[in-house]
Amino acid sequence: MQAAHDAPRGEKPVFYVTDGHEHVHSGDSTALGFWVYLMSDCLIFAVLFATYGVLGRNFAAGPTPADLFDLPLVAINTAMLLFSSITYGFAMLAMEKGKQSSVLLWLGITGLFGAAFIGIELYEFSHLIHLGATPQRSAFLSSFFALVGTHGLHVTVGIIWLITLMVQVRRRGLGAENRRRLMCLSMFWHFLDVIWIGVFSFVYLMGVLQ
Amino acid sequence: MKSYVTGFVLSVILTAIPFWLVMGDVLATPRATAMAVMVFGAIQIVVHMVYFLHMNTKAEGGWTMLALIFTVVFVVITLSGSLWVMYHLNTNMMPMTPHDMRNMP
Repeated sequence: MQAAHDAPRGEKPVFYVTDGHEHVHSGDSTALGFWVYLMSDCLIFAVLFATYGVLGRNFAAGPTPADLFDLPLVAINTAMLLFSSITYGFAMLAMEKGKQSSVLLWLGITGLFGAAFIGIELYEFSHLIHLGATPQRSAFLSSFFALVGTHGLHVTVGIIWLITLMVQVRRRGLGAENRRRLMCLSMFWHFLDVIWIGVFSFVYLMGVLQ
Repeated sequence: MKSYVTGFVLSVILTAIPFWLVMGDVLATPRATAMAVMVFGAIQIVVHMVYFLHMNTKAEGGWTMLALIFTVVFVVITLSGSLWVMYHLNTNMMPMTPHDMRNMP
């Protein structure tokens, strides 16, 4: 581009294209890029898990997991997230067949399961805080709220993303862009379910054991 | 369709067993139950990776798998390293049970 300014008067300006290829976003590498993002997110959770692993037994004479955790409620919560994973899977299958209304239906059901998960988690948190088991109470509770709260925040963002995509699919159909976005959210959603496996195994089930 | 249903059925089984082990107090010692819970959790994570996230060695020319392996190595070092070091730090400190804490001067 610089050459255009340097060209002498009267001569035809010469343009040099500094970039060899055109910038059409094909989306071929999006899956890999999004996967790398998920792996970096995985590191955040690994650090929070490590923090909980180190501090999870420091109760400061406060309540212990066995006093606080309600396993049937956690089981229901786990079921909600598991159901939302398979309903998202059905949405992806409907997307591959190009059935827009079916995609929207399954996405809606997924969103409802996700909202149920968040609702139950917020109920659990408010119950804990009502009992005086606040994040300030002990190192165990600080690390517990940090880990489970971060996961809940991710699910909340996932639901917002899901609603956004439902609007997009309704207005613009199942084009290549929307398919790509749905695939990214699919990876995000299933990834959060994978993290939840770690949470209910490591935090809830093993916490209640001792 | 088959992949998602298979993954879902396996996940339900692999979730139900650890909850049953803990809530039913099935195994003799808490240590054995904890080991079982971790093993079932690890298996379920692999099931999710394969059936829901469709992980394989060929996608993106193997780069997703390579990123995953790198992350797993990093996570294992972070978790086992933190737990190992801090466990030894704790055992070398003055022992303090909740009972001791309540009766501190």
